[in-house]
Amino acid sequence: MKQQLSLFLVLGIASVWFLTACQSDKGDERAAATAPTVRMKGQSAVIDPDSKPNILQIALNSPDHTTLVEAVKAAQLEDVLTNAGPLTVFAPTNEAFAQLPQGTLEELLKPENKQTLARIIKFHAAPGKFSEQMLRDGMDLFMASGHYVKVEKKPDGTYVHGAKILSTVEASNGLIHVVDKVMLPPELQ
Amino acid sequence: MRNLTIIRSLAWLALWGGGMALLSGCGQPNGSGTAAGGALRSRAAEKVYVAPGEKDEFYAFMSGGFSGQVSVHGLPSGRLFKIIPVFSVDAEKGYGFNEETKAMLNTSHGFIPWDDSHHPELSQTNGETDGRWLFINANNTPRIARIDLSTFETVEIVEIPNSGGNHSSPFTTENTEYVVAGTRFGVPYPQQDVPISSYAEKFKGMLTYVKVDPETGHMDIAFQILLPAFDYDLAHSGKGKSHGWTFFTSYNTEQKYSLLEVAASQRDKDFIAAVNWKKAEEYLAQGKYHEVPARYAVNRYSDETHMATSTIKEKVKVLIPEECPGLVYFLPTPKSPHGVDVDPTGEYIIGNGKLSADLTVHSFTKMMQAIQNESFETVIEGIPVLKYEDVVAGVVKEAGLGPLHTEFDDRGYGYTSFFISSEVVKWKVGTWEVVDRAPTFYSIGHLMIPGGDTRKPQGKYLVALNKITKDRYLPTGPELCHAAQLYDISGDKMELLLDFPTLGEPHYAQGISADRIIPRQKKFFKLEENAHPYSAKGEKETRVERKGDEVHVYMTTIRSHFAPDNIEGIKVGDKVYFHVTNLEQDWDVPHGFAIMGANNAELLVMPGQTETLLWEPKAEGVYPFYCTDFCSALHQEMQGYVRVSPRNADVALKWWLGEEEPVQ
Repeated sequence: MKQQLSLFLVLGIASVWFLTACQSDKGDERAAATAPTVRMKGQSAVIDPDSKPNILQIALNSPDHTTLVEAVKAAQLEDVLTNAGPLTVFAPTNEAFAQLPQGTLEELLKPENKQTLARIIKFHAAPGKFSEQMLRDGMDLFMASGHYVKVEKKPDGTYVHGAKILSTVEASNGLIHVVDKVMLPPELQ
Repeated sequence: MRNLTIIRSLAWLALWGGGMALLSGCGQPNGSGTAAGGALRSRAAEKVYVAPGEKDEFYAFMSGGFSGQVSVHGLPSGRLFKIIPVFSVDAEKGYGFNEETKAMLNTSHGFIPWDDSHHPELSQTNGETDGRWLFINANNTPRIARIDLSTFETVEIVEIPNSGGNHSSPFTTENTEYVVAGTRFGVPYPQQDVPISSYAEKFKGMLTYVKVDPETGHMDIAFQILLPAFDYDLAHSGKGKSHGWTFFTSYNTEQKYSLLEVAASQRDKDFIAAVNWKKAEEYLAQGKYHEVPARYAVNRYSDETHMATSTIKEKVKVLIPEECPGLVYFLPTPKSPHGVDVDPTGEYIIGNGKLSADLTVHSFTKMMQAIQNESFETVIEGIPVLKYEDVVAGVVKEAGLGPLHTEFDDRGYGYTSFFISSEVVKWKVGTWEVVDRAPTFYSIGHLMIPGGDTRKPQGKYLVALNKITKDRYLPTGPELCHAAQLYDISGDKMELLLDFPTLGEPHYAQGISADRIIPRQKKFFKLEENAHPYSAKGEKETRVERKGDEVHVYMTTIRSHFAPDNIEGIKVGDKVYFHVTNLEQDWDVPHGFAIMGANNAELLVMPGQTETLLWEPKAEGVYPFYCTDFCSALHQEMQGYVRVSPRNADVALKWWLGEEEPVQ
């Protein structure tokens, strides 16, 4: 009797195992058919050394913008800066980032602050292609963060939200104006 | 004890249940099922599934048939990537509509906006596809086109004179020394006004060899060979040991000119014409040709000037077999042979007798022996006819009904399409035994294995190109699409994986592994190399010039504006040429240009390219123009105006961009 019971148990367990094993096998098969073969990659992953470089590629190759690049990567905005655009990016130098109060940058680079960081970066990007000549004194420039910022023409140059344009680089998908300050949206100042 | 029995029964039930679950739930059939089986279907789906972000392994270039174009698909997915305009105008790309490409479609008959494209043929080096060019024939007004596979654009079209119905074309030699063009119709030679009933006396059948420059790819007619007015149907050149020869099938050796469906099928055997083109080169060098008048166009597109030029040539060199012994032989081949295909070794020449159940296989070695022995059945117009028994190597017996074409894999098998019995039949080269057959359900014409007509086939897949595919897809009115079917041929048995609709009628296709094409891709045209006479290589060079009633607008595009975008001083009756240069130097950023009332098409200007649209405004007003290709987030802002004034108006010519002072 005891023997029969244990046989029942063994067989019972075995059949349950067959059933579940079978199901999980099927599940694995489905996973194998889709998950590992689907490789999601964005525009910034396109390998194209021939075309005129885009904003991201220029930033990546600029020794003065390693902090900006780090921030763009942390905010996962690489594809935005690769997109057809056109965009005008006001790109603070490493020196400009260094002017931020101690600890600010480290705080922003934390994963939980990704959205804030993204908003700050978008505060540096205007949809459209605005040469320095097209930036007129007193105009309000619409930024990708949703804010308007003030343009000022001073004797020593053009200022956007208080940051001075130091130089300009033309990209395939827009313009980069190198600026001397990190611009912070009013709500974060 | 009673309990024990119950427990035992339950145990068996449990075991039985588990076992059944195993069998029915996740067991795999043992492979003997039909193609309709669910499990096999899902396996087929896996084989053709190309996941998002992944790329196809092969390109397939399919003729568009009566569309006149070429469609580019991926294999194994069957996805359509591009339609390359070749012989027909294409408003989408402005091909044949813009000023630069009109010359591509010029012929001795003038501008022709359409043709019927049949056989794509990839260029080869050492008998392997090299990914440089794709050739294709125009059947109606005989021509051969060359497509550059770095740009996927038609860059050259050469007209074939003394020909009618360029069907046996453009099959290449193994180093792309030549592409060939045999006439499908006998036509009067020279073309003249004669009674049709004078066919046998006045009509001839010309075979043409078009030389291809190994560096530039430029084509021109090297020589023609004057043959009897049979209908030359298809061709393939020799390879390996038979390199230096080309084989052309013929039918209508009866030389009939009406109700051919009966009259041209009387003889048991027609001929495969074997042409020794290396011998032809010797005769040419010896001057044994006749230079005869023949008008034909050579049209070339330049990636530097972004313009086509058309040159009409007036003479060709013709070789006459009676004067050139050893140039051409006829191989008797049963039942109006259609395709002629040469196996990868170059030894076997397959005649696909389309009214037969058998395939005739000739031996190149035996042919050469018979020629050496001068063992001729008869001589027709100076062309020795070899004896069938002397040249035949074997027969693939009762393989199917209506054989049309054969391609090869790299494992010693031939695959033949049978139109009437609607199937692909696999047979062993050398033993001629049939080893497998697969129904195509619909009437198959050509079939294609990547590299399947070269020395080195890439024999993983086979594509069947089917006609009259009634009820295969969702119905679309009286005309239904043709279909391509993809088979996995890597195993012993052919396995149908997928079928997909095609453009026009894909008579033939060619395939090539993507790794031979990808490294050649041009991403954009370099602006500094743009030699178009009307280019503007920067916004500072943009301007508007008037010469009488011609106005030339030197315009540029860059994300997201035209320069200039406002123009005034145009008058009714002017011919306004918009020369649009795309200043972008970025892959896949073309800009379009369209202006209201234009009687032609749009421009679709590739990065670094210049294209020209002619616009002839017929009434005064202010007309908008805009970019047609969604180029950027501000694409919808990419627009402008042209003011058109009366003919006698005193409105100065001026143009501008933005708020700057108008240029005058």
